Amino acid sequence: MQQALIDQFSETVRTAAEVGRPLHIRGGSSKSFYGYPPSEQSQILDISTYQGIIDYEPTELIITARAGTRLSDIESLLHQHNQMLAFEPPYFADTATIGGCVAAGLSGPRRASAGAVRDFVLGVRIIDGSGRDLHFGGQVMKNVAGYDVSRLMVGAMGTLGILLEVSLKVLPLPAVEQTISLKMNEMEAIEYMNRWAGKPLPISATSYVNEQLHMRLSGAESAVRAAHKQLGGEIYPAGDTLWKSIREHTYDFFKPPIPLWRLSVKPTSPPISFPQTKQLIEWNGALRWLSCQEVPAVDSIRQAAIKAGGHATLFQGYSSTAPVFQPLSPALAGIHRRLKQQFDPAGILNPGRLYPEF
Amino acid sequence: MSIDLVRKLRTFLPVESVLHEKEDLKPYECDGLSAYRQTPMIVVLPQTETEIVQILKLCLATSTPVVARGAGTGLSGGALPHAKGILMSLAKLNRILEIDPLARTARVQPGVRNLAISDTARPHGLYYAPDPSSQIACSIGGNVAENSGGVHCLKYGLTVHNILKLRILTIDGEVLEIGSDSLDNPGFDLLALMTGSEGMLGIVTEITVRLIPLPEKAQLVMATFEDIQKAGQAVANVIAAGIIPAGMEMMDKITIHAVEAFLHAGYDLNAEAILLCESDGTAEEVADEIERIHIIMKSSGATRITTSQNEAERLRLWAGRKAAFPAAGRVSPDYYCMDGTIPRKHLANVLKGIDTLSREYGLRCMNVFHAGDGNLHPLILYDANTPGELEKTEEFGGKILEMCIHAGGTITGEHGVGMEKINQMCTQFAPDELSLFHGVKTAFDPQGLLNPGKAVPTLHRCAELGAMHVHSGSEKFPDLPRF
Repeated sequence: MQQALIDQFSETVRTAAEVGRPLHIRGGSSKSFYGYPPSEQSQILDISTYQGIIDYEPTELIITARAGTRLSDIESLLHQHNQMLAFEPPYFADTATIGGCVAAGLSGPRRASAGAVRDFVLGVRIIDGSGRDLHFGGQVMKNVAGYDVSRLMVGAMGTLGILLEVSLKVLPLPAVEQTISLKMNEMEAIEYMNRWAGKPLPISATSYVNEQLHMRLSGAESAVRAAHKQLGGEIYPAGDTLWKSIREHTYDFFKPPIPLWRLSVKPTSPPISFPQTKQLIEWNGALRWLSCQEVPAVDSIRQAAIKAGGHATLFQGYSSTAPVFQPLSPALAGIHRRLKQQFDPAGILNPGRLYPEF
Repeated sequence: MSIDLVRKLRTFLPVESVLHEKEDLKPYECDGLSAYRQTPMIVVLPQTETEIVQILKLCLATSTPVVARGAGTGLSGGALPHAKGILMSLAKLNRILEIDPLARTARVQPGVRNLAISDTARPHGLYYAPDPSSQIACSIGGNVAENSGGVHCLKYGLTVHNILKLRILTIDGEVLEIGSDSLDNPGFDLLALMTGSEGMLGIVTEITVRLIPLPEKAQLVMATFEDIQKAGQAVANVIAAGIIPAGMEMMDKITIHAVEAFLHAGYDLNAEAILLCESDGTAEEVADEIERIHIIMKSSGATRITTSQNEAERLRLWAGRKAAFPAAGRVSPDYYCMDGTIPRKHLANVLKGIDTLSREYGLRCMNVFHAGDGNLHPLILYDANTPGELEKTEEFGGKILEMCIHAGGTITGEHGVGMEKINQMCTQFAPDELSLFHGVKTAFDPQGLLNPGKAVPTLHRCAELGAMHVHSGSEKFPDLPRF
């Protein structure tokens, strides 16, 4: 039955490649707002039916699931065994699938301390643009046989292959989590977060908005208590709700107006500000969300991100006049095009979803 | 041809940076895998990125293969020279360019030694986490090429998890900035693709690594087992208890005897297996974790448990594990180190299989094991002066790797494919997968001049070998014991 589905996907891809019809690969549609919209001529390829957990052995710290598996199903199974996806993936809708999670490559509040989606991907099974069923990586922690095609899929928005199955490293849930809050200005907060990130303390998340810094401590109870003593600040009782609402963008800050810009920068970069713009900082300063009342010039946002050692994404509020992702240098764009050509010679897999050129 | 190239190279390189006399080439004929040797046509020792650009442009114009080399400590023949090619040593690019303590990063040149980064960062309370056992000598550029690990990578990750940015030259001498000072990047994850690509896609000229805080404290539990199965179960029990040890290493009986004779670390000679399990972090975390590890080892059937009481004792207990390779060198004229990785649950079976093969081939084999992450390092002991013994050793090693694939694992966890495991790639990957790897190579290096013939076998080679691709779990009769 599952193999029949794969055969069907392959057949669809082969036919689409022959006639040059673009495919819009769809899981739970939870992140359809992200990236460029799919091309209007495209045929929907729904992979949400290819679902189910294939293998999970808690003591091996690895889970393998079909791409259409709901993220919520995976996380609730892991939680039963006191384990987690340590990159704390955002859902953006209950329908979110593990395939979409990997394809979008987005990570949540724990990213700065635990790592991103790409850090936990160990293996994938994909269908490439020629309809071939391929395996890369595997179900082991360390594997350097062949190029790392598995991680190349992360954040590629389905442009290099249709994810069928994914193997991920999982980690134990921390015994205790506690959130503390401190009041300070932005400059102080950036310095403070980075200074403490350089100390061996169990800080697992940070956020700064409206003069208020929140830090989450995760680990053994004794370690969390000791860290709180060193850091000071008040205990913030509704920590779980806070981090979830930041992860899911249900927190007040994220309520419209849009556009919402996501600036991924060097963590120690000084404050970035634009008129009529609110800001929320995560990841020790490495992630800065800008919510704009008035649309500032796109170029000035992009320049600010480059100056801060990173890049800017128009996360919400697509408009045909602003490129969604930071444009690539000509040299890198060339590599991207040639890789796309190798994985998807007919250019039918989610074309234009990541960059208009491919 | 060679003379003409030397003349051209000397138009932009100082005389001492171009070697072509036979005796000068000799030291470069092999890397850490000395069983494979090849004299290169020319060795170049550039000192700047500009020189590398010129070398690459010349290679491209003359269709000359070029093999990059760091410290030459690699164990898979990845830096084995090409007979008709240039070997480019990056050893002279050995400067630490910048340490940014607040942002916790270091920007370094590829020839910098792995340990030198941590040594330089230490005054800031920071270090570079991946610690391959050759870290005193191996270069960070080589670590990127191989995606090197070490004994702490279950908790702290491999090279791919600990680098932020690469400056790369393509074969046409163009500069690519891959990654950034931020935590993610637009477009494809080329940083991951480059890491572990074995010098096949580009030449790394600068690396920005992530530094992490030095743990306040580290403590080690050594547990002795009379049964290897029980030791394997103890590892699973530690993980099941929600503990990610900083390091978890296993040694088998023959290894214990070899290192004890060499170092007198105080290992139990009656043991079938010894587990070393380290905890690090804040003093509170470590105290808590060590107590739990102790209880788990006991309930898992350990016959002797020692907990390090101070730093000297911790280092003494580690010394034996770290000396496993030199100890092998003491009990045998030569040894051959394998690098398979398996799902940990298959450990006892795989070790049994290795034992059977060891008898079959009449060659001893020591097993050291990064038990936390399933990375197995069997050391086959042989004598290269006995005719035919190296060939027998390679065959034995090949069978171990195939056994790892059958168990759902991989032929290389951290040493790379290089020249050594190229045949086993035909077993691990199907022709379509290999052809996509060749496609990736083509996207970067259409003429195939960078480290040609390594890492990914041609489909022709696989067909000649007649090797059968095995996909883990999908072979016929998966329940049949094969080891």
